[in-house]
Amino acid sequence: MEQRPLAEAAGVGKYYGPTTALHDTNLTVVAGESHALVGRNGAGKSTLVSLLTGLQAPDAGEIRFDGESAPALADRDAWRTKVSCVYQKPTVVPELTVAENLFINRQPTGRARSINWRRMRADAAELLDAWDVHVDPDARTGDLTMEDRQLVEVARALSFGARFIILDEPTAQLDNREIDRLFARMRSLQEAGVTFLFISHHLQEVYEVCQTVTVLRDARWIITAPVAELPRPALVEAMAGDSAAAQTAVGGARTAVPEDTPVRLTVRALAGEGFDATGLAIRRGEVLGLAGSSGSGKIQFAETLAGMHRPASGDAELDGDPVPFGDVRAALDAGVGCVPRDRHHQGLVAGMTIGDNTTMTAMDRLGRYGFVRADRRRSMARALIDRLDIRTEGPDQLVSDLSGGNAQKVVMARALARDPRLLVLINPTAGVDVKSKESLLARIDTAREDGTAVLVVSDELEDLRRCDRVLVFFHGRITAEHPAGWHDHELIASIEGVDRV
Amino acid sequence: MSDTAASAHRRGPTQPQDGGPAPVPATGSSRPPGSRAALLRRARELALLPALLVLVVLGAFVNGSFLTEANIISILGSSAALAMVVLGEALVLITGKFDLSLESTVGIAPAFGALLVLPASESGFGLRWPFGLALIAILLIGAAIGAFNGFLVVRFRLNAFIVTLAMLIVLRGLLVGATQGKTLFGMPNAFFALATDTFLAVPMSVWLAAIAFLIAGYVLRHHRIGRSLYAIGGNVDAARAAGIRVDRITIGVYVAAGILASLGGLIQTGYVGAINANQGQNMIFTVFAAAVIGGISLDGGKGTMLGALTGVLLLGVVQNLLTLAQVPSFWIQAIYGAIILVALMIARLTTGKAQD
Repeated sequence: MEQRPLAEAAGVGKYYGPTTALHDTNLTVVAGESHALVGRNGAGKSTLVSLLTGLQAPDAGEIRFDGESAPALADRDAWRTKVSCVYQKPTVVPELTVAENLFINRQPTGRARSINWRRMRADAAELLDAWDVHVDPDARTGDLTMEDRQLVEVARALSFGARFIILDEPTAQLDNREIDRLFARMRSLQEAGVTFLFISHHLQEVYEVCQTVTVLRDARWIITAPVAELPRPALVEAMAGDSAAAQTAVGGARTAVPEDTPVRLTVRALAGEGFDATGLAIRRGEVLGLAGSSGSGKIQFAETLAGMHRPASGDAELDGDPVPFGDVRAALDAGVGCVPRDRHHQGLVAGMTIGDNTTMTAMDRLGRYGFVRADRRRSMARALIDRLDIRTEGPDQLVSDLSGGNAQKVVMARALARDPRLLVLINPTAGVDVKSKESLLARIDTAREDGTAVLVVSDELEDLRRCDRVLVFFHGRITAEHPAGWHDHELIASIEGVDRV
Repeated sequence: MSDTAASAHRRGPTQPQDGGPAPVPATGSSRPPGSRAALLRRARELALLPALLVLVVLGAFVNGSFLTEANIISILGSSAALAMVVLGEALVLITGKFDLSLESTVGIAPAFGALLVLPASESGFGLRWPFGLALIAILLIGAAIGAFNGFLVVRFRLNAFIVTLAMLIVLRGLLVGATQGKTLFGMPNAFFALATDTFLAVPMSVWLAAIAFLIAGYVLRHHRIGRSLYAIGGNVDAARAAGIRVDRITIGVYVAAGILASLGGLIQTGYVGAINANQGQNMIFTVFAAAVIGGISLDGGKGTMLGALTGVLLLGVVQNLLTLAQVPSFWIQAIYGAIILVALMIARLTTGKAQD
């Protein structure tokens, strides 16, 4: 095969103020191959994709297609003929038919510029047929399976003339049979001259459909190699990097929880949406980490403990009392505090003050008969602001004025306001600067002193490193347990599911 | 790092009264000081007061009788019913919902009270209930309508706008049907007492509205349920994750709004001296105008009782001025509408934020 570079990123970089999203990264995708792009969350994959698809311009380096410079950002039509990305989130209009989605805003017109429906249907059928996509052009797009929807998006991209398609975690929401079918389609499209950039969290898939792999880590390019020449351990090593020095420094400081410490939380055979038959126990003062890829069920499990969902079966006990499910108020009263997964979505009311937000879970403690005494709220909020080192003028400032790190501390304060016995932290340091991270995680370290049981659900290895144990979720079940002191590549291997193949 | 270690590098006290220089965050971002932002926010609540003052001064120049005691009491008295309904609507809007049916509650609640009181010879049910019992029935009808609305919106997950629009039509139809379109009068004097009895020369209706606004204002600021309304309207998922009983409180707000609207209807009845089958009709537009001019966000989570009250008074003064200026009655509506538009634009400019 002729090694012609179809798409190239040459030394590209992207910076947001002091934050480096991507630095000096190279990617060369050869025509006719399937190229895998792997890396942990935050490694820079999304940034690279946004540069390759022309959503953003690189601050350094250059994007080239067929050896020519990329079109101007505003020239969307030109970009469409070069490259297209099929995202996890659908970019089709669910209420319109497949044919309408394929020809949206470029419908074939007849006399008086009115839409020629018959021709649009015929064109759509022809297009789908040409790429061997078996979907009815008259079907409502929202009724399609995830798999068919992705293929329709691929067909639409191809109809613009693009022969370079980026698939962003296309298998995340598919079951095994659907994945097999998708891979078969990818191979036949590849034979027809389509080039793929394949992004996946599941490394075995990389070996299945790709010929070349590029690894990013910490916003930097690490390696590009033929898949055949890069065995699994080497690939995991490339993703994890060598941070053994850092982990002994922190891991060594942690003393193990004594064996005779009473158990605080017991979960038995809990099953719910996305997870099944999950049992675990956390001792007083113990910090338990939960790892797993997105969609592994770890977040639903943690949210269930915090009272946000009702499980299908199973139970949990906190100090011998049953944990109430499906009722956040009752869970709070039972002594469960929670930092929800997304502070914008569930963590904060942006239009209210820091005082209001921090004390929202504990308003019943601020006065009698439900009245909130202003002085008590202020002093409680002040105490929390101090405890978490929130950089603010005072409790009367709006949370929308705060930086990400300080806003996240407000969410943490809200979880701590009732002095919980079980603290559930979901992505506690997502989108937070390094210094805020430290003060957020400091709370984990003090759990040992007051006997709080802490459950940390996170994608960040730094968060998990502080845990006494880390359990790994894979497809809704706990598949591995790592006591403190694990190596990055061990944990990543269990998260990606390559340790048991 | 432990908590004690964290406090070692913690910067000095954050309280503004310490008078120290404002600490600069380590990230180097420059934000307006919080206390000043809070002050600015408070100032915006009062943004309409200058407009109200200008109108009052203008009125004094245009018409000599504007600033007389009798006229001011008349403005207050004629605004009392609207004030009660705006109060109810404001609570619903802050929670992030809608209630259009309040204008029909204004008609149907007192009308059914009247039907319970009146003898059959005067189109009543002939039950001749005493007024005290009828008053309870009036409030209960308002509460029941609110509960039904709340049930459909919260439990049935129907869109609040369209549910309460349908209820508006249903309730109006029920009223017209039950009264055969006739006007009800001849109720005992107690029925009109809210508007006719006075305390310190001011009608009881005005006192009632004033007390209702005071209580609502206090509860919104200093009671957990009041704070919950802002949390629900501001971010319902965050409110739920913080353990706020979102569904229960939302239904409760609809009930409260229904009760307030039924009281507003009773005041209106006293003011007019009878109940027309179209009592309250088209009132909801004025209610929304007053609420939005007063800074209550249609997106929920924003607004104060003081703002809503100034919105009501602004419209009351405008209406009064138009009457005093003897604007031909055929034109009053157009001018009134235009003034509402201008007031909205002024409110948009003074609050500096997009009105939603």
